[in-house]
Amino acid sequence: MITKRIIPCLDVKNGRVVKGVNFQGLNDVSSPVELGKYYSDSGADELVFYDITASSEGRRLFTDILTEVARTIFIPLTVGGGINTLDDFDRVLKCGADKVSVNSGAIRDPRLILEAAKRYGDQCVVLSADVKRVDGVFRVFAKGGRENTGMEAIAWIRKGVELGAGEVVLNSIDTDGVKRGFDLEMLEAVCNAVSVPVIASGGAGGIQDFVTLFKTLPRVDAGLAASIFHFGEVTIPALKAALKENDIPVREV
Amino acid sequence: MIAIVDYGVGNLFSLKSSLAAVGAEAVVTGDAETLRKADRILLPGVGAFGDAAEKLRATGLDAVVIEQARRGKPLMGICLGMQLLFDKSLEYGEHAGLGLIPGEVRPIAELIPAGLKIPHIGWNALRFTEKKSPLFRLIREGDCVYFVHSFYAARCEADVIANAEYGALLTAAVQRDNVCGCQFHPEKSGRVGLDILKAFCEPVP
Repeated sequence: MITKRIIPCLDVKNGRVVKGVNFQGLNDVSSPVELGKYYSDSGADELVFYDITASSEGRRLFTDILTEVARTIFIPLTVGGGINTLDDFDRVLKCGADKVSVNSGAIRDPRLILEAAKRYGDQCVVLSADVKRVDGVFRVFAKGGRENTGMEAIAWIRKGVELGAGEVVLNSIDTDGVKRGFDLEMLEAVCNAVSVPVIASGGAGGIQDFVTLFKTLPRVDAGLAASIFHFGEVTIPALKAALKENDIPVREV
Repeated sequence: MIAIVDYGVGNLFSLKSSLAAVGAEAVVTGDAETLRKADRILLPGVGAFGDAAEKLRATGLDAVVIEQARRGKPLMGICLGMQLLFDKSLEYGEHAGLGLIPGEVRPIAELIPAGLKIPHIGWNALRFTEKKSPLFRLIREGDCVYFVHSFYAARCEADVIANAEYGALLTAAVQRDNVCGCQFHPEKSGRVGLDILKAFCEPVP
């Protein structure tokens, strides 16, 4: 039976992990390599590295770091942030990424999904969508959640999957940062609309939120979170033990 | 020395790094003589079967891989590289494989119940079969490995050393004498995957 995946997400700027990280026992808590290794050793099933750099110098640092991560960590690596062209896919895949997540770049030009899937395979293309309720309708937001595209989210996600996206990361802006649980209503709507794996993001505040997620929506494949892992509020071994206790299949290390 | 066959398919960075991590000396090569000199050969692969088989044939390395395998050199196929070891594949038409292990590659969709997602993607547990393999001497039954595939190896029961349960039993690994293959990605399967690669790279004690 396929296990539910737990995925920490690391925001990287100029080659360093940003958003305060609070760990004991790591020499350099903002080193993506050290932090990635820490998560990998503690049982993370996949890592997402999100490049939030705007400059080309920062981008170069990011790819250097990614190469180093891929040399030392042997679990699937997904890269997102600043992916606008096939050259961007090529750049990060050459450094050892396994999957590439597209967001604003695909909104600007949906053919990016089609062409990347054709060249690298569907399994390589992850559609990441930032979604927020506006007057009761799920709307897609671009540019890190700052800009309402006006697009209806379920239709956009369905289109992305038809174009070749092999996985969907659904980030609910409504629950993001609130720490009161994943957006089950929004996730259910997406699970009903597509047949590819769906990764829940936004809203996890504790272990129970993951249990509720997988119990309520067995079709959700993975849970992604950042700060609760970074601040040590939830450790991956404790989370997996709790999931296992609730008969949710997980990978043990 | 371990030779990773480079025939223009997929990204070999992780595979090479993972071999370095288990202390194996590996070269990525498309050179026939290097393959002949190697102690062991790894055949990787991603993408579509027909395309990969054609590329392997175009380089002429298919004949070298077959020749070396027939001489008893340890050969491991990974993911699509495992599928290439079989007689043929029914992925988008019918394509001939290397014919080193009897069997054929068929769509998962015809085997598993409707409603399960395809590709079979994520971490799944290995279920060993009665056929014991030294490839697994450093890991345990039930250990999870990382899969991404939409096609599976069928009609090869005699050589299956592990399955994964996904609505049905899917071939996870095969071995026939000196030729073995993993449907999953050992280079992406954490400690367990590295231990499988290590077992392949080192002589059986």
